[in-house]
Order: sequence, then C-alpha cells, then structure tokens
Amino acid sequence: MNNTPLLLAAIAVFAVGTFSLRFAGPALRSRYEVPERAQQFLGAAAIVLLAALVATAALMDGDGPAGVARPAGVLVGGVLAWRKAPFVLVVVAAAATAAGLRLLGVP
Amino acid sequence: MRSIWRTLDRGPARDIGLVCLADGVVGLSYGAISVGNGLPLWVPVVLSIVVFAGASQFLFVGIVAAGGSPVAAMIAGVLVNSRHVAFGLAVSDVIGGGWRRVPGSHLMTDENVAFALGQDDVRQRRAAYWAAGIGIFVCWNVGVLAGGLAGTVITDTDALGLDAAFPAVLLALVLPALRDKSTRTAALVGSMLALAATPFLPAGLPVLLALVGLLFYRVEKPALEMAR
Repeated sequence: MNNTPLLLAAIAVFAVGTFSLRFAGPALRSRYEVPERAQQFLGAAAIVLLAALVATAALMDGDGPAGVARPAGVLVGGVLAWRKAPFVLVVVAAAATAAGLRLLGVP
Repeated sequence: MRSIWRTLDRGPARDIGLVCLADGVVGLSYGAISVGNGLPLWVPVVLSIVVFAGASQFLFVGIVAAGGSPVAAMIAGVLVNSRHVAFGLAVSDVIGGGWRRVPGSHLMTDENVAFALGQDDVRQRRAAYWAAGIGIFVCWNVGVLAGGLAGTVITDTDALGLDAAFPAVLLALVLPALRDKSTRTAALVGSMLALAATPFLPAGLPVLLALVGLLFYRVEKPALEMAR
C-alpha cells in the first residue's frame, strides 16, 4: 500500500478508462445517424440498467442479502414515489425508515 | 450557464438540489472512510476529481485499503463503470456536440442521466443533465475533501439511512418510464437476472447482465419520447 507510483498509475488508468467509457456513447452517436427506433431502444437500455442498479443496491450488500432496514426504506420511498408524493418526501421517508428500523435493532 | 437555471422548472431544480446535497453527505463519508482506513488524503480527493463515480470509488478504496492490488482495484472500478457506455448512447443529444462533449461526458452519473431521461422536452433534458452534473460534481468533491479532513466523524452513513435513500432516488426517477409495459417487463426481467447473478459475479457485471432483459423490449409506443 506504500507503493505510491503504482497507486498513482492505477488511478490514472482508472480515470482514463472511466472517461473513455463515458465518452464512447456521445462519440459514437456523433458519427452515425441513429434511427428513431434505435434511440427508443437505447433509452430503454438506460432505464433497464438504472432499474437493475436500484434492485441490487436495495436488496444486496456485497455478495449477500442486504437485511431488512434498507429494502424496507427503499420500499417506502418507492410507494410514495408511485403515489406521486413530492421527491423530498420520498428521499427523507426512505432514509428515515431505514435509520429508524436500525435504531430499533433491525439489521 | 445561466440559461440552465432559467430553463429548469422550480420543481426539478429543487429535486436536483436535494440530490446534490445527499451526494455531498455520501462524499463526506467516502472521504472519512478512506482516510480512516489508512489511505493518504490525496487518494480519495484525486479519485473524486479524475474518476468521479461514487460506487466504483468506494470499491477501489475498499480493495486497496484491504491490502489488495491497486491494479485489481482499477480493473474492478472500470468494470463497475462500464454501464456509462449505454448511458452515453442514451443521452448524447442532451450533452451536445463539440467541446461540450468532454466535460459533459465526465459529468455523467446515474443521477443526472436519470434526471435527464425524466424530463419532457430536449431543452429541459439538457438543463437537468447539466445542472445535476455540475451540482453533484461540486457537492461530491467538497464533501470528499471535508470528510477526508474531518477524518472519522461520519463513517457510518447507514445509521442515517442514506444507503436506502440512494436506491429510492433512482427508483423515483425511473418510475415514470416504467409506466410503459414493455420497458417495465424488460426492467423486471433484467433486475431479476442481476439479483440472481450478484452472489456469483464480480461487482459491476450483474447490472450489465440486466441488459438481457431488453430481449423483452418492443419498440412500439415511445417508452421515453427521445426528443431529437
């Protein structure tokens, strides 16, 4: 861990790699005309990725299940969002539910 | 950049502000956790500026702090960030052309992509993307620096329930798009696959596997009217 040059090199490659991944989409799209149907498909792909991110972040912790408090908080936030509650309420309710359950000793 | 704030309605602007604030608090914990695990302050600070992708940064610092190889940490981090390719394809018209593509790409996060996709017309989309991107960049980096300097003040954001707030934020942002049946089916199948694969695959891959769910997607009615 005291190998600073190696750490710096890894961070540099990490940064360049991440930027390249972010830049790839806009760079590709500027070169080719993308048909309307393909654009819809790409929009759906982004939504599918975000939804999977929600599911894994809400229900999993590392390799295993995330316990009860976090999924319960996300569920409360999700129901409020579905009922078109204000965004602020969704965020605060999700955090408060998880924090409250943990305070009561729920994992 | 003033035109961004004129274009954004008050509602989305307030929501974006809230997410920026929450990201700042997570940044605070990221800085504190990194330094608390024995890493020098410059590591989380530099990572947050040049990589700027929260989940992958947590992973990187976690592996390095546990004595793992920085090369392994880098590979894991890049893997986690591979979803940005699909995001970039979806929001490239929002980012704009020319020089804007460079900062616009760097500012790409789950949150501002979701905010952009949630707006109705292309002007609102562009404004939401840039406002959320810049706001999150500033709050995240200020948070990381402050957290690193403060050391072990806030290491446990779980006690504040912030780990539940983040999936809830993204869920609230994608819900409108999920009202389309075909998109919803694809998202459900994809999420199940990602969940089932999480115990077996390295971090980052399960979420990518969710793209298989697109086999169930049919382009008929516009799921998201991608404005041109």
